[in-house]
Amino acid sequence: MDTSQAPAATSNADTLVEAHGIGVHRGGRWLVHGIDLTVRRGEIVTLIGPNGSGKSTTAKTVVGVLAPDAGRMWRAPGLRIGYVPQSLAMDQTLPLTVGRLMTLTGRRPRAAVREALEAVGIAPLIGAQVQSLSGGEFQRALLARAMLRDPDLLVLDEPVQGVDFPGELALYGLIREIRDRIGCGILLISHDLHVVMAATDTVICLNGHVSCRGTPEAVVSNPAYRRLFGHAAADTLAVYRHRHVPGHDHDHPPPDGTAAESGDA
Amino acid sequence: MLDDFFTRALVAGMGLALATGPLGCFVVWRRMAYFGATMAHSALLGVALAVALEMEPMVGVFVVAALVSVVLLLLERVGAVSTDTLLGILAHAALALGLVAVAALSWLRVDLMGFLFGDILAVSVGDIAVIYGGGALVLGVLAWLWRPLLAATVSADLARAEGLHPERARIVFMLLMAVVIAIAMKIVGILLITSLLIIPAATARRFAQGPEGMAVGAAVAGVVAVGLGLSGSLAWDTPSGPSIVVAAFALFLLALVPGAWRRRRAPAAEGETP
Repeated sequence: MDTSQAPAATSNADTLVEAHGIGVHRGGRWLVHGIDLTVRRGEIVTLIGPNGSGKSTTAKTVVGVLAPDAGRMWRAPGLRIGYVPQSLAMDQTLPLTVGRLMTLTGRRPRAAVREALEAVGIAPLIGAQVQSLSGGEFQRALLARAMLRDPDLLVLDEPVQGVDFPGELALYGLIREIRDRIGCGILLISHDLHVVMAATDTVICLNGHVSCRGTPEAVVSNPAYRRLFGHAAADTLAVYRHRHVPGHDHDHPPPDGTAAESGDA
Repeated sequence: MLDDFFTRALVAGMGLALATGPLGCFVVWRRMAYFGATMAHSALLGVALAVALEMEPMVGVFVVAALVSVVLLLLERVGAVSTDTLLGILAHAALALGLVAVAALSWLRVDLMGFLFGDILAVSVGDIAVIYGGGALVLGVLAWLWRPLLAATVSADLARAEGLHPERARIVFMLLMAVVIAIAMKIVGILLITSLLIIPAATARRFAQGPEGMAVGAAVAGVVAVGLGLSGSLAWDTPSGPSIVVAAFALFLLALVPGAWRRRRAPAAEGETP
């Protein structure tokens, strides 16, 4: 399962969504085509790729915001989705507290709201206006809102945008925690490679189509990945993983972390 | 009590304001002010058609306003020009068609000024019944649609991904606007209808912490504007519809004052809430 190159041919009970060769055609061209992907319960699947590679399009097709123009999109019956979109199109004239944002798409008890906000570490902001939040607080609020739905599948479109580097680390840790806590599957979109890989079970590199997939280790050493992101990115990532996955390398001592950080990425 | 024309006007205007306040909040949040104006501009065409077909003018206004929103949705899908431009085209095309139609039906007596600026002092008990019936319908549907509509206003993608139906909510919302425009025409007239949607909502924004509070505040602001405007119009013998709008505008300006003052103070610390 670690290095599966293709999605399961038949859905088993743990399969939440399955895309079979989906494509989206807009404005006379294919935004994405031939995408196969599967997300199972408890699995974190990450879509990475350069700008315009169709990551968001793929995610929107998976959640049903877009209908595929080719292929077939299967969702488990009764699947409950929690979605963190890339941005909210909210006007400044809409007053919205963090607490009210939590119940935007469904009624939830007050205690559950508080608990979700505590889980993401922004419980004191329950009465704050959403527009007044910092980038990191805002992403945490969106995460809390999505997980409050007790979803089977969380779809997170660039959940660390506008967040500084330590904040990113914390957020990816949080995402993993949420997975462990509610046992959902997670489809994660990112264009920053370093941190996300450490928190992922399966990586799918997109560039209009799937250029490679597998475990983070398998993908990093894949030539297609290197073509997409360059050798420097791949090397930095390799070092990063050594540094942040304790117990991963038993045979050789971990390289000096500081040196890795300042390497020519 | 309803024997007095001024009381009837007050009751009618306040009933209308109760409905336009909450609905107007969505107009403001969804940046649809110009869309409301476009629908309102089409009302004259609706009146002309209704008169020609010997129907109730309100029905004609509703039908044409609803048609305009359908045409807008279709033209948006064609995507040749931006929505903004489309609204400009539709608003003035509909108004011009209405003026042409009214002129062509010269054998009919249409009180053009009455439709353009309203005639709230002439409302009958029957009109009041229609306003309250329509207003109750609008508020009821709005309450029923509140969650999907609000979610779609924050993010249509989010609403769709989580199983609400933003398109359906949007279409029903447009129909509600058509209803409000139809019942508001007699009160403030075609040219000023959107003001009752937008100005009270914008006024309430200054004080609201949440969307529900803003909806209630907008209804209150609208009711107060109707009371002040009609009283002013009685005292100084000014036209009643425009007086209501002037009063609403004055309230809006007044509401800016505490907001500006509050902004100048240091923002309150986000303490641990118990």
